[in-house]
Amino acid sequence: MDRFTGKIWVLGDDIDTDIIIPTEYLALKTVQDMAPYAFSPLRPELAGQIREGDIIVAGKNFGCGSSREQAPEIIKALGIRCVIAKSFARIFFRNSINNGLLLIENDRIQNDVKEGDEITVAINESIECHGKQHPITSLPQNLVDILNAGGLVKAMQRRNGLV
Amino acid sequence: MGSTIIEKIVRNNIGKEVHPGEIVTVNVDRVMIHDIFIPFVASKFEEMGFTKLWDADRAVLIYDHLVPASQVDDTRHFRIGNEFAEKYGMKNIHRSDGICHQLMTEAGYVRPGDIVFGTDSHTTTYGCVGAFSSGIGYTEMASILGTGTLWIRVPETIRVNITGKLPPNVMAKDIILKLIGDLGADGATYKALEFTGDTVENMTVASRMSMSNMAIEAGAKCALFTPDEKTAEYCGISLTDRERDLVGDADAQYCQVIEYRAEDFVPVMACPSNVDHVRPVSELAGKAVDQVFIGSCTNGRLEDLMAAAEVLKGKQVAPFVKLIVTPASRKIYREAVANGTMAVLAEAGAIITHPSCGLCCGRTGGILTDGETVIATNNRNFLGRMGTSKVNIYLASPRSAAACAVAGEIVTLD
Repeated sequence: MDRFTGKIWVLGDDIDTDIIIPTEYLALKTVQDMAPYAFSPLRPELAGQIREGDIIVAGKNFGCGSSREQAPEIIKALGIRCVIAKSFARIFFRNSINNGLLLIENDRIQNDVKEGDEITVAINESIECHGKQHPITSLPQNLVDILNAGGLVKAMQRRNGLV
Repeated sequence: MGSTIIEKIVRNNIGKEVHPGEIVTVNVDRVMIHDIFIPFVASKFEEMGFTKLWDADRAVLIYDHLVPASQVDDTRHFRIGNEFAEKYGMKNIHRSDGICHQLMTEAGYVRPGDIVFGTDSHTTTYGCVGAFSSGIGYTEMASILGTGTLWIRVPETIRVNITGKLPPNVMAKDIILKLIGDLGADGATYKALEFTGDTVENMTVASRMSMSNMAIEAGAKCALFTPDEKTAEYCGISLTDRERDLVGDADAQYCQVIEYRAEDFVPVMACPSNVDHVRPVSELAGKAVDQVFIGSCTNGRLEDLMAAAEVLKGKQVAPFVKLIVTPASRKIYREAVANGTMAVLAEAGAIITHPSCGLCCGRTGGILTDGETVIATNNRNFLGRMGTSKVNIYLASPRSAAACAVAGEIVTLD
């Protein structure tokens, strides 16, 4: 759990949530219904190519734009294990943590990797690619608590005595 | 050491001094949920095990993105919203009164100094009256509905000081586009913007609203204006001492200070497909235009429609251009009819629609296709936002947009 290896998909800067899931699919009933359209304005074939355990490596400001929470939910539903980006937009960052999608801020590995490479992530410790270690910082404790609970719904269920 | 506006708002809310970087839990004054996300908020709320709202009167439900329905399943959102409101005693519901961000201030749901969250990224808008307002997702909204609280990280503040008199044909939209271009799409991420200087002091609340609305396009958490007499008049209130004190102290700590001379601004547009890809209109002149959109929570207010009408008066929209005008609210629609603005727009050949999010979110009323170009007064030109990913979306002020509608190409106003 603390350490995993995955194949990477490389995306650029400013991947907005309209790209992650365009508005025209937002009123579909479930996140599973929406998932095939993920990233379609940019790379229509990508959603079909992503496999369970893959990792996204992106540039700066990943998840900018609309507050649509389907964005991190769909990325998770596609099987993406974590997103590594130079930086994340604020609302996307919160939404991801609340849905238990792991985000890692790192601005160095982008130069060392290309699409299809395998990298290994040790949570709160490092990213390893091509034998090179990149240290990563850990999240604030209140966010770790939400992630460890399995997301905000589960954290609230615990608060309300459901689990 | 003094405080910035956001530090004062958070301090007043939790009853102790705060500093940037601290993580604190705030008491929420108001929440806004719109039609797209109400089904998700409702199901998460019950899944979390809540059985009642923390305070039904503090919640506002607004149908705007899907009004009127454009796809067969859209009305499901209204049905679920109505059932949720009925079940939990929510009274503040607007089913076709206009765009959520317009209504929140127009209908008096937001006061200076309030802390407000909404299920929409453009919730930053209410900073126009000095409120700390920001967008969140539906899971966090569900947790606020149950608890009345939310954790936040106290943001650093970027002060933007603008002094002097704006040139003719430059609108607040040109200022905020220029700022976003200068900051970049992530230049204010996690931060608060604070606008000062006589240029913004002389602005209407409506103009301030265009600026706070778009702050998110530079990543900002909120965008604040000090409440003044115009704010009081707009909100229909008298300002309290605490509200008057929502001004950045002279010795407050800012992470960045940006200075502009109003005289230096020129009409600009954000070019495809990033909001920070900003260029002077003069450099874009001659580009053929298929459609023009004047509306949205950024620029669908009376002064925007009047600015467009001033340009369009006695003229005709180019024969091959569709000019779509969407007032931000029913109240604005009525005012624009009453003062003759709508007549001018209609005579010029505008297609005037009901107040709603309409074309801005790309779901209805003017979807475009590959290779077409639209000049739009809304806030986003992202890939695929108004049709296919090969549509060229240029963001502009209502004045610039109206001029392009007449010319059938991008033009500068004299």
